[in-house]
This record gives sequence, C-alpha cells and structure tokens, in this order.
Amino acid sequence: MADDQMIAGEHMIFDLHGFGPALLAGTLMTIKLALSALCLGLVLGLLGALAKTSAHKPLQWLGGTYSTLVRGIPELLWVLLIYFGTVNMMRSLGEAIGVEGLELSAFAAGTIALGLCFGSYATEVFRGAILAIPRGHREAGQALGLSKGRTFWRIILPQMWRIALPGLGNLFMILMKDTALVSVIGLEELMRRSQIAVTSSKEPFTFFLVAAFIYLGLTVVAMTAMYFIERRASRGFVRSA
Amino acid sequence: MNWDVIIKYLPRLFDGAILTLELVAFAVIAGLILALPMGIARASRHWYVRALPYGYIFFFRGTPLLVQLFLVYYGAAQFDAVRQGPLWPYLRDPYWCAVLTMTLHTAAYIAEILRGAIQAVPNGEVEAARALGMSRAQAMVHIILPRAARIGLPAYSNEVILMLKASALASTITLLELTGMARTIIARTYLPVEIFFAAGLFYLAIAFVLVKGFKLLERWLRVDATQGR
Repeated sequence: MADDQMIAGEHMIFDLHGFGPALLAGTLMTIKLALSALCLGLVLGLLGALAKTSAHKPLQWLGGTYSTLVRGIPELLWVLLIYFGTVNMMRSLGEAIGVEGLELSAFAAGTIALGLCFGSYATEVFRGAILAIPRGHREAGQALGLSKGRTFWRIILPQMWRIALPGLGNLFMILMKDTALVSVIGLEELMRRSQIAVTSSKEPFTFFLVAAFIYLGLTVVAMTAMYFIERRASRGFVRSA
Repeated sequence: MNWDVIIKYLPRLFDGAILTLELVAFAVIAGLILALPMGIARASRHWYVRALPYGYIFFFRGTPLLVQLFLVYYGAAQFDAVRQGPLWPYLRDPYWCAVLTMTLHTAAYIAEILRGAIQAVPNGEVEAARALGMSRAQAMVHIILPRAARIGLPAYSNEVILMLKASALASTITLLELTGMARTIIARTYLPVEIFFAAGLFYLAIAFVLVKGFKLLERWLRVDATQGR
C-alpha cells in the first residue's frame, strides 16, 4: 500500500512514460522472491544451526561446511551457478521421470540461491540463539519425559525467536537488496523491469533512481515491520540497557 | 567434472582474481578515507552535523549495490552536462564506475562502523585526555581514533569480505573480474559447473587469506590487549 502511494507520488516528480504499472509488477515480484527465499532460508538456517550444535561430529562438520562455504562465495555467483549449472542435471532428471525439457525457472533458481545464502548466515544467528537458552530448560524438558524433538519444538524454539529476531531482521534487509541480483538471470523483478523501461525510454538515471527509491521504501516498510514484530516478541521481558 | 578445462583456464581466472583484488583494495581504502569524516560527524552531539551523513548512509545502505552501479554507469550518460564535462572519460569507463560506486557504497557501511567504534570508546579515557589539557581535536587524533580503530577493526575486516563478494557485481557492467571472466569462459566452453566451481574456489581462497591477514593485523595492533577492560 505504501508503495502504491510512493509510485503515485513519483508520477508528479518523474515522467515514467507509462512504465508505472510495470515497475509495480516488478516490485510485487521482488517482494514475492524475497519472501519465498526467506522461507527457504529460515528452514535451511534452522537445520544448519541444529546440525552445528548437535552432538554428532559428521553433522557438526556438515553444518560448519555449509555456512563457511556458502558465506565465502558471492551471492551473484550462486545465482548464476544454480541457474546455469543445473541445466544438465535437470534435463537428465526430466528424462528419468519422463518430462521433456525440465528446467529450473529463474524464480526457482533465484529462490534457491538467495535462500541458500540467507540460510548460511541464519545458521550462525540461530546457533547463537540456541546457545543462549539456558541448559536447565533443556534438562527440565527431559526431566518431564519429553522426547528430544519435543523439547526442541516446545521449549527451545519458542524462546529462540526472540533472541534471533534482530539478527534475522538484518539478514532480511540484505536479502531484499540481493533480490536485485536475480535480474541478471532474467527474472522480471523490479530491477529487470527498470532495465526494460530504460531500453525504450533512454532515461537510465530516472528509472534507476525510481527503482532505488522503491527499494528504500521496501527497506523502510521492512524496518517498521521488524520493529513491531520485535516488540511483540519481547513482551513480558524487561529491556536491558 | 572436467578438470582439464579448469586447469586450462586457471591463468585467465587468475587474471580475473587480480582485477577483483584491485577493485576491492581501491574501494575499501578510498572508502575508509571517505568514511572517516562521515563517521566522526555521525558521532557528533549536534543533530545538524549528524543529519547529512545520515542521509547519505541511509541511501547507500538502503538500496542494492546493483542499482547504484547502474545509476552511475548508465545513469550518468543521461545528462549532457556530464557527457560534455571533464569527468566523462572516467564516467564512461566501467572500471572507474565500479571503483567509484563500490567506494561510495562501502564508505556508508564503514562510516557506521566508525560511529559505533567512536561511541564505544570509554568515556573516562576521553575525559582523561581532556583533563591532561588536550584540545578536542587532539583528543580525537591521539586518543579516540587510535582506540576506535582497534574497536572497529573486526567489523572492518567483515566489511572487506563483504566487498570482496560485492565486487562480483562489477561483471554486470562488462568488467572481466573473477565472475566476469568466469562468465566469458563459460560462454566459450559451455561448462558452467566447472568454471563457476573454480571461480568459487578463488573467492574462498582470497577470503581465507584476507581473514588470516586481518588476524595478523589485529595481533600487531594488540587489539586483544585493549579488550576486556
């Protein structure tokens, strides 16, 4: 809603040559991409943190390798690698299940790549949150006869969110800006739509500046949302410092 | 895995890695110089001194680097004044556009790191400096900044790693740094997995060396000795 107003407002400042609706569609695509990558990334991050804090050496190694490897390689490289690198794999998979010309869409590849990167950082955030829950809580769960999985689901996880939220919020801001990278593989999100508008209007500065302001708007919306979510999550807790 | 191809193109990838390093080094050093006055202004007690760097930082941290890169590389050409201006030979060159944008981008992040570090300098040390008769400027140069440099160094090393990864975006404005070089090679060999894998190894190796280097720098500056007090 805030973006509607923003774009409407910019009509008066910038002449968008009728590309306003296209940019709006691109913005929606950007939001969709960011949210789906967020979902995948949260799952990956949680699994990574569980692996890293588990008692089994191979799992620890797996979690550690995942977060180190993915964090050491540029996001753009992951986007390109997953989009172009899986073509052969998907084709042979398609032959195996009898679907002709199976391939990853730009949206799916973008979601996987950005989710992977988000998850690698989220692993560290979640790990810190798990370690911040006092040992006694886990032991209390066990003393009550809850299984390990139930103890995690019922006792650890609900408390983890509050601690992990600020870190996850920061990661989401980074994720939202990284969605621009998926324009490189042709997904028609905000950045790609702006490029298309530039090609026909020959006004690169205008359109990229509008795109920049839309990203700023999205960041402000996300920041505000985070503020309220954090406030809700920490109700009943006294703020220290 | 087609290892022969990887080995055959290693020298080309190495050339790309050199350009990557060049871009990153330029950006983080020029960015630090640019961030220094901004960080100090951001830590000011007066709101009107804080406001200008705040706007700058808000814009550069709130928008994707890709947008900023396109704004400079493609956007500057929209204005005749720029095209006839004395800076046009530089703004036309993707290399200088990448250097300029990455510098402006990282300066915003480094300024925030500096602000945090300056504000984390224990108040007593600043008061002690003033009590010894140092002027505000002297206290800043001799006490606060050397102290803030040590507090902010770990965060700065993180920022350098982030810029290493961000430098991959320079490939979108036709620069043949590591990622750009990998894409060029793939256009010829059609082996995306192998070549991107090799490029990824280069990034990991560079990141590893940088992290180790900063560890050494931290030891040389005796960062640990100033902690825990």
